[in-house]
Amino acid sequence: MRNRYPVWKNLLILAILALAVIYSSPNLFGEDPSVQLSPNRTVKLEQATVVQVEKLLADAGVKPKSIELTNDRLLVRFSDTDGQLKAEDVLKGAMGNNYTIALNLAPATPAWLRAINAQPMYLGLDLRGGVHFLLQVDMDAAVKQAEERYAEDIRAVLRESKVRYLSVERTNNYIEVKFQDAGTLGQGKDVVKKELRGLQLDTDPSANLLKAKMSEPEIREVRKFAVAQNITTLQNRVNELGVAEPVIQRQGEDRIVVQLPGVQDTARAKEILGATATLEFRLVDSEHAVPTDGKVPLNSRLYYDRGGRPVLLQRKIIVTGDQVVDASSGLDSQSGSAAVFINLNSTGAKKMADTTKDNIGKAMAVVFIENKSETKEVNGKKITTKRKVEEVINVATIRDRFSKRFQITGLDSTNEARNLALLLRAGALVAPMDIVEERTVGPSMGKDNIQKGIHSNVYGFLAIAAFMIMYYRVFGVFSIVALGMNVVLLVAVLSMLQATLTLPGMAGIALTVGMAIDANVLINERIREELRNGVSPAAAIFLGYDRAFATILDTNITTLIAGVALFLLGSGPIRGFALVLCIGILTSMFSAVLVSRMLVNLTYGWQRKLTKLAI
Amino acid sequence: MEFFKIKRDIPFMRYGRITTTISLLTFILAVLALSVRGLNLGLDFTGGVQIEVSYDKPADTQAIREIIESQGIAESSVQNFGSTRDVLIRLPLNPDVSSAKLSDQIFAALKSSDPGVELRRVEFVGPQVGKDLFESGALALLLVAAGIMIYLAMRFEWRFAVAAIIANMHDIVIILGMFAFFQWEFTLSVLAAVLAILGYSVNESVVVFDRVRENFRKMRKATVPEVIDNAITATMSRTIITHSMTQLMVLAMFFFGGEALHNFALALTIGIVFGIYSSVLVASPIVLWLGVSRKDLMPVVKEGVTDDRP
Repeated sequence: MRNRYPVWKNLLILAILALAVIYSSPNLFGEDPSVQLSPNRTVKLEQATVVQVEKLLADAGVKPKSIELTNDRLLVRFSDTDGQLKAEDVLKGAMGNNYTIALNLAPATPAWLRAINAQPMYLGLDLRGGVHFLLQVDMDAAVKQAEERYAEDIRAVLRESKVRYLSVERTNNYIEVKFQDAGTLGQGKDVVKKELRGLQLDTDPSANLLKAKMSEPEIREVRKFAVAQNITTLQNRVNELGVAEPVIQRQGEDRIVVQLPGVQDTARAKEILGATATLEFRLVDSEHAVPTDGKVPLNSRLYYDRGGRPVLLQRKIIVTGDQVVDASSGLDSQSGSAAVFINLNSTGAKKMADTTKDNIGKAMAVVFIENKSETKEVNGKKITTKRKVEEVINVATIRDRFSKRFQITGLDSTNEARNLALLLRAGALVAPMDIVEERTVGPSMGKDNIQKGIHSNVYGFLAIAAFMIMYYRVFGVFSIVALGMNVVLLVAVLSMLQATLTLPGMAGIALTVGMAIDANVLINERIREELRNGVSPAAAIFLGYDRAFATILDTNITTLIAGVALFLLGSGPIRGFALVLCIGILTSMFSAVLVSRMLVNLTYGWQRKLTKLAI
Repeated sequence: MEFFKIKRDIPFMRYGRITTTISLLTFILAVLALSVRGLNLGLDFTGGVQIEVSYDKPADTQAIREIIESQGIAESSVQNFGSTRDVLIRLPLNPDVSSAKLSDQIFAALKSSDPGVELRRVEFVGPQVGKDLFESGALALLLVAAGIMIYLAMRFEWRFAVAAIIANMHDIVIILGMFAFFQWEFTLSVLAAVLAILGYSVNESVVVFDRVRENFRKMRKATVPEVIDNAITATMSRTIITHSMTQLMVLAMFFFGGEALHNFALALTIGIVFGIYSSVLVASPIVLWLGVSRKDLMPVVKEGVTDDRP
């Protein structure tokens, strides 16, 4: 019964504590006001961009703190907001067309800490200000659209296999196909069964009726797809806003959370999120040369591609974006070059087939159309203008007759293909969404919240420390050191997990600290009790820790059960609170049992004749 | 320093009848308050629009009310919040108007009449979201209760699980009852506090139960009430100290945490106070009443395992 830890155990505990101190430290460095440049699809970030930015800023007399280049963004840090705002103006003026330029608060973590992946916690909207939207995807509409597509497809496959039918109608959850007689009904059923796999078929022979219903997995798939696709669309649009570090996440079955830190203008944010985008496939007008004098032939229209080069296209639209069912990117199996695979619905497919059959060898273009609203400040007043952007995103030669499924090749890179697929998907088939929750937190409110949260934690901690040291003397000091280490550990783990710190999360830290002291109180009380029972001091320490441990374990596990349930079922603020509670329980067990014991051992374990404990 | 030098065990179990009567009464009162007045559910649960604005001088709530009425909204609540400069405006949900748009409109109107107004916070919550939250909250409550019961039943014995959960529910109902009686706003963070109390207050019972088990092994000749009395008395000091510590932290939140943590801290305070009471004076008498005995907690001798050591 000796109160000594072997050397390795002491070293291990100290190593963990040292790591905790290092990984919690990034939270102390604050943030640098900075400007973030992210390239649009046409340009690449290179060292040359850095040189260009440096020159622009030097010319304008703005001195950046540092310029950092990563794969997908360029971050220019400043020591004050003046430099930041000036630089934003300069860079927007000179490079705004090719880059999305956003104001950002970048963590001012020193480079050596960043090198070992030590990052501060991410601050929630309630602590930094911004808007939060919860959008609900209209699943019924998505499923209805899918049913309509199937009805369309049934007509097409029946036509193609030359089975006569009277009508195809969509009723409540069913697609009903009416046939003339039992013979065609049988044929029709076979055809549909073979061609369209996502349907469950049922027949009503008395009425010569084929009833088709989307299968459960198919409906689930459609729902999943609708949310995923809407998230992609939202991501594209939020990019437009130039928000640094936006959050776009699925929540539950059919909801999407969009958080835009730093954005105060909710009206504008809503405009952007609600923007519409679509696509058109048009033939290139190869009979006329691209006019230079502005005289456009009667049946054509002049468009520009993303590089600003003019392209003359026929007025007639082959297919529009809402006829695109799906698009994905990949590699062309023959040439190995990047390609986009497109899936059209049957109406679109028929039109596409007819057009391409007659135009093999000619060029076809994809036009991307977006309705944007832009708010500008003119003479102190905000003016919103609606603008329609039309851009040729791709021109390809028609090599063969296209059908329902076809591919577009001739793209520069796989990246380009991915972007095009994304745009094609984004432009089409977006299930409608409603804003079901909206929260805006002003920046001053965010600052207030941080300060109040920190104050309540600090004051609470000091009050506990004062009492514990007064009441338990040296053992109180041990308890408080352990409690302090608990906070450091908790912050370190949360930082490593890159958790989002919110006000409820801060409340969680406060509550965990309050509850964590319980373990130390249990131990200290137990030691006192053993001493009262006449046990020797050394034995009292040993028994105190030993006996209290079972109780500590039981109480913590019950709290952990509550924390886990909260985490699983809660949403938003409750979840953050629960996460802190759960991690706090684990770190407090470590610090209350091992850290305080180590301190006790180091103080008392080496004394040969221990006669008195300061407790 | 030591506050609690208790020489002789306090005969808590002898007062069992009185304490259970008291808690039964408070419990019934809480249920009455809940059923008569109901919870004053916050925006998170009911849905609606809430705008918090801050003026650079004391705000004229009457003028604000008129501005809102001029925007065609008849029913609204305008009240000071925290200080005379901060104003909280609540608007009911209107199925005809997109509520998300409404907040922009109102703020624009306020700004045009007084440019010194600053937007602190806007919250709009749809009715369905609130309903979902309420349901998942209730589910969480059940799940936590079930999880704790299963753990306690495994670790101790079913009587302890039942007693702990009754004591626990007693605390929860009393917190809810207080919120209903005083019509304090019941928000999402209060719900979080209530759920945290579930985990916290059961700690109390567990500490006492642990001692009871230990005592059954040690105090071979004592009666069951004596064993329980000793367990409570022995852990008394720890109970008071721990709760005071947690309460210190919660008080810091109450006074320095701002409006947002106010009701959260309030719910925790009630939970802590009743947590002590119920673990000592509700859970233990129930265990006794359920007829716990020494042999229930003795290490089980497995059948078929014979001790063949010499």
